[in-house]
Amino acid sequence: MKEQAIDIAVIGGGPAGLAAAIAAAKAGVERIVIFDRQAELGGILNQCIHNGFGLRYFKEELTGPEYAARFIAQLAEYPQIEVKLETMVVELTADKQLITTSRRDGWNLYQAKAVILAMGCRERPRGAINIPGTRPAGVYTAGTMQRLMNIEGFRPGNRAVILGSGDIGLIMARRLTLEGIQVAAVLELLPYSCGLNRNVVQCLEDFDIPLYLSHTVVEICGEGRVTGVKAAPVGSDRRPILERSFMIDCDTLVLSVGLIPENELSREAGVQMEPSTGGPRIDTGCRTSVPGIFACGNVAHVHDLVDDVSEESRIAGIAAAAYVLGEESIANGQKRVKVVPGRNIRSVTPQEIVAGEPSALYIRVAFPERDVVVTAGSHRSKHRIVTPGETVRIVLRPEDIDFNAGVLPVAVEGGEVNA
Amino acid sequence: MRELTCIVCPMGCRIKAYEEKGQIRVEDHGCRRGELYARDELTAPKRVVTSVVTVQGCSELLPVKTAAPVPKEAIFRVMEEVRRVVAKKPVRAGDVLVENIAGTGVALIATKHIQ
Repeated sequence: MKEQAIDIAVIGGGPAGLAAAIAAAKAGVERIVIFDRQAELGGILNQCIHNGFGLRYFKEELTGPEYAARFIAQLAEYPQIEVKLETMVVELTADKQLITTSRRDGWNLYQAKAVILAMGCRERPRGAINIPGTRPAGVYTAGTMQRLMNIEGFRPGNRAVILGSGDIGLIMARRLTLEGIQVAAVLELLPYSCGLNRNVVQCLEDFDIPLYLSHTVVEICGEGRVTGVKAAPVGSDRRPILERSFMIDCDTLVLSVGLIPENELSREAGVQMEPSTGGPRIDTGCRTSVPGIFACGNVAHVHDLVDDVSEESRIAGIAAAAYVLGEESIANGQKRVKVVPGRNIRSVTPQEIVAGEPSALYIRVAFPERDVVVTAGSHRSKHRIVTPGETVRIVLRPEDIDFNAGVLPVAVEGGEVNA
Repeated sequence: MRELTCIVCPMGCRIKAYEEKGQIRVEDHGCRRGELYARDELTAPKRVVTSVVTVQGCSELLPVKTAAPVPKEAIFRVMEEVRRVVAKKPVRAGDVLVENIAGTGVALIATKHIQ
């Protein structure tokens, strides 16, 4: 295998990889290669045919394919970016060596000066939540069903139940309804919805689809094909109350029970992981613990909005370019603070702030609250409602952070619990 | 008074809309678009419809949308017509597939290029 030297390897050609590659090219990097397993760029955006993307980044309301096209069109201006489709990165080392495989090109070995991890995330399947029952056909994760309906053109069933109120589940509730497939119910284990509020309104309330909060599926029924699910309310300990279980007839069960950042390659490269996000620990330049390896988009932490992915990935591209072009020493000498999550914080990304770098924090709370104050260093901002389904984004000014302290406490204070 | 969750952008502002003597008063909206959304919601709610259509001689599906929001009560009529649309290659994003979908006066347009 002949080794090919490149400046930046971008793993993943979805919204994160595209924005990072373009930003790095703009910053003057000469040899950038984007690797993607799929036959086309754009990643998950291609199957997200609904609108609502780009309001922040482009100040326009776009569908997923339209949003992706904005970035893909820009690639034409940057011949320094090469795209390798239907190509899978199977190995990544801490020295930034990559082994790729593809049907057309066979095995290839690349030596990169920097690597941008942009692999996105995948869905939690049935096995991750251990639903008892038979193992019939008709159980899908929401994203798989989205692909089957919007890309492959299948009708997945006639009457569906959706477990979990994540955004893809809510979007699919509407999509199924529009295609004449009845959605009998959306069940959510928690006492609140896990998706964006606007999706509860425009996907469920618009179509009178019932949302059962504090409910779960306790059994999948059917031989060969799903014939129904047994649902039950859950107590405050989140355990099902079996005496109150009831049957819902359906031939399809859709799971929308969470996303997991896809980090096999990151782990292989020895990147330090952050348990609260499931992604690598990153700083305000999207730098991981391994010098020259950067992470952005859903591989770092699951974002609610692609607009935030694009913004974060642009920063990763600029930081990777600085590393490759030898300007990194500027950031090296800077003071840093570690973010320390406090009350009602599930996760904060990035986990480290470098002095002199733009500091937007993405905060996911642990439980819903009303009328709270989010604090980070001396930053204080009031929020009428915070819920785990909607990331809180705050932008810190340099004077908010005491870089001599070494740590930056982040917390949600003074709330009224709204469960 | 009606409490609405704004769907214009991901902020999801909780808007209050009051109807008094035929007049609509809107409170707690984050922006001008939110105010318009609340007024529309009380008088004539509208939504953008997105779906996919088949393309002649091509296994790939073409994603489509209504070029503007259509009345909420027309959504299923729009879908009926969308199902019958067959696009012809090549298609550019923005190409009009149906000029006036289901009598709404709104066009159905492609949202992706297919060569």
